[in-house]
Amino acid sequence: MLAAGLKTPKAQADHPSGDPRFDLIDRVMKRNHYQQHALIEVLHTAQEVFGFLDEDLLIYVANQLKLPPSWVYGVATFYHFFSLEPQGEHTCIVCMGTACYVKRSAAIVAALQKEFRVESGKATADGKLSLAVARCLGSCGLAPAVVLDGKVLGLETPETTLARVRQAVEGARSS
Amino acid sequence: MNRPELQAMAEEELERQQKFHLRFLCCASTPCLSSGATEVLEALKGAIEARSLQAEVEAVSTGCMGPCSRGPLVTVRVRERGDVIYERVTPEMVPEVVEAFASTNSTPVFAEKILAPDWPFFAKQKKIVLANSGYMNPERLEDYVALGGYSGLGHAIREMSPEQVCEEISRSGLRGRGGAGYPTGLKWHLVRKAPGERKFVVANGDEGDPGAYMDRTLMESDPHRILEGMAIAGYAVGAEQGYIYVRGEYPVAARRLQQAIRVAERHGLLGSRVMVSNFNFRIDLRIGAGAFVCGEETALMASIMGRRGQPVPRPPYPAQHGLWGYPTLINNVETFGNITPIINQGAEWYSQIGTEKSKGTKIFALAGKIQNTGLIEVPMGITLREIVFDIGGGVPEGRAFKAAQTGGPSGGCIPVVHLDTPVDYDSLQVLGSIMGSGGLVIMDDHSCMVDVAKFFMQFCMDESCGKCVPCRVGTAQLHHLLEHITNGSATTTDLQMMEHLCLMVKETSLCGLGQSAPNPVLSTLRYFQEEYQAHIRDRSCPASVCQLTERPIQILSDPPG
Repeated sequence: MLAAGLKTPKAQADHPSGDPRFDLIDRVMKRNHYQQHALIEVLHTAQEVFGFLDEDLLIYVANQLKLPPSWVYGVATFYHFFSLEPQGEHTCIVCMGTACYVKRSAAIVAALQKEFRVESGKATADGKLSLAVARCLGSCGLAPAVVLDGKVLGLETPETTLARVRQAVEGARSS
Repeated sequence: MNRPELQAMAEEELERQQKFHLRFLCCASTPCLSSGATEVLEALKGAIEARSLQAEVEAVSTGCMGPCSRGPLVTVRVRERGDVIYERVTPEMVPEVVEAFASTNSTPVFAEKILAPDWPFFAKQKKIVLANSGYMNPERLEDYVALGGYSGLGHAIREMSPEQVCEEISRSGLRGRGGAGYPTGLKWHLVRKAPGERKFVVANGDEGDPGAYMDRTLMESDPHRILEGMAIAGYAVGAEQGYIYVRGEYPVAARRLQQAIRVAERHGLLGSRVMVSNFNFRIDLRIGAGAFVCGEETALMASIMGRRGQPVPRPPYPAQHGLWGYPTLINNVETFGNITPIINQGAEWYSQIGTEKSKGTKIFALAGKIQNTGLIEVPMGITLREIVFDIGGGVPEGRAFKAAQTGGPSGGCIPVVHLDTPVDYDSLQVLGSIMGSGGLVIMDDHSCMVDVAKFFMQFCMDESCGKCVPCRVGTAQLHHLLEHITNGSATTTDLQMMEHLCLMVKETSLCGLGQSAPNPVLSTLRYFQEEYQAHIRDRSCPASVCQLTERPIQILSDPPG
């Protein structure tokens, strides 16, 4: 692995900003020998490191992998996982799979939208909370399920979800 | 690692497990984790340590045990006395349980939380693919080997030719578990015979159907089984590279698979010279990025190659022209889970299970309005009634069963009159539904079938990749029409138009997503026509879900009155 890394000429130069986070992306590209079919893996890492994919980042990835920027943009916008806009400080994902739907998860989404004045797929104006709707989290035994900051909560009602989200958001405000 | 070494590892591990007088198996699958399994396991370990019982008592985390809504689940394995399964375990009750079992006290504590072994949920199942799930730690290779793991791969490489392996799978009658039910052996033969300097094996773990989580559980609970199945497939078709495509929504499954691949490579069970033979097989993990259409095989290949996950017309099929143009074998992860038992126990044994045309077992994810939600594995040919009322325990709160939805957005709703239909590929197709990947969502009389049809159509509309017009525009129009019916602004003409459009989308779409998108509408139209009529004619929703606030727009050419 190391030998292969040494043989690859150091690609064009690192990002001009000198942001160390770009090193993490470079490492993934290097591990995949700058192969173009590793684009999705690279974007996964980029999103993990930066939280979202802005234009500058996409152009950087395109240059490094020698792909047209339109190609990279096309892939980034095709998949729901990649976000081209900054996410809120806290994320709340409500499952809208069949099992959760028949157990009225739509009411949870409506309650959150009303209380925090946020559209699903977007962040609140103050950037505290982003709300997303998932296709199925595979936790159907716990329907309706909600993921708040990476933690799966099961058997939710609009009231319990609102209370927990309020707690998370306000906890951050006071600290 | 060669076969004697594998044997030695199995014996050593069995001996180690035998040393323990008591073993606490704590489920660590996603549903149990989110109901507090981590704390329970910590409490178990703490209680064992506090009593200095480490030499004779062990607590381990395992894969899924099945009844997910009753988690966290803990199986207590008493040497020579069998198993006791506890449901809804809390950290507080742990010390008492450990105390009671350790003191060989025969009166069980918390008897109300013990699940009876003859409970129909367990008694009516037949576990082949999930046989190890819940009994082994998915993160330890030794556990899998102790249960006979990788012996099938060793047997195939040493004692069978690739043709014989394909033949064995053909004779077993195994059909693809992803939903379409294509004969697996036939597919393997096709890829084996296809000319190509390189070949690939792909495991489809992009389980996108809402309400289905069989593949996730299998990948989380028994990752080595899938790797072994893929390696046998690689040997049979002549591939040296495999890919597992896992949904981005399943981080636990991805982590366990990645770790399993690393461990298997380190022990020479994957990689170059598998089990000291001339067969090389590498497996790489690919993580999806949230696109339902990537469950379709050509779209999935595009995604593995780092492109937009859009399907391409077939033929050419992946068996001829797959990844980077080379012959590629694509099977669902559950299909790969069936391979090792078939190789180990023979095609004859396997073909005795199930019905004439659908062999073996099928894993279903029971969800929705049902008493026991969870994961079950049943022999093909079992009736829906047995699944819903015996295993599932019926509909809770004394409400009436209305429909069972199979196959997710590609499937249909099966009404109460067809509850005695045997569950197999062909019978479900006759009813206008499909076996699908195995999601089974139960609905009671609180669900409006028109609203359910709208839900699935919105799903298909959002998930349509936009490449072909019938699917991109057709699903949006169908959704629009269903919106009209549920808000009260539809007329009977709309119903005819919708039926017509359904057939058009079904017959002209490019890939499976579009071709099957109208199924939920067609099947609800077929079995619940009166509900559609009630919305349009009587302007009422029988399940009182829809708000019929709008009025139909009168068309000028309509005859007066």
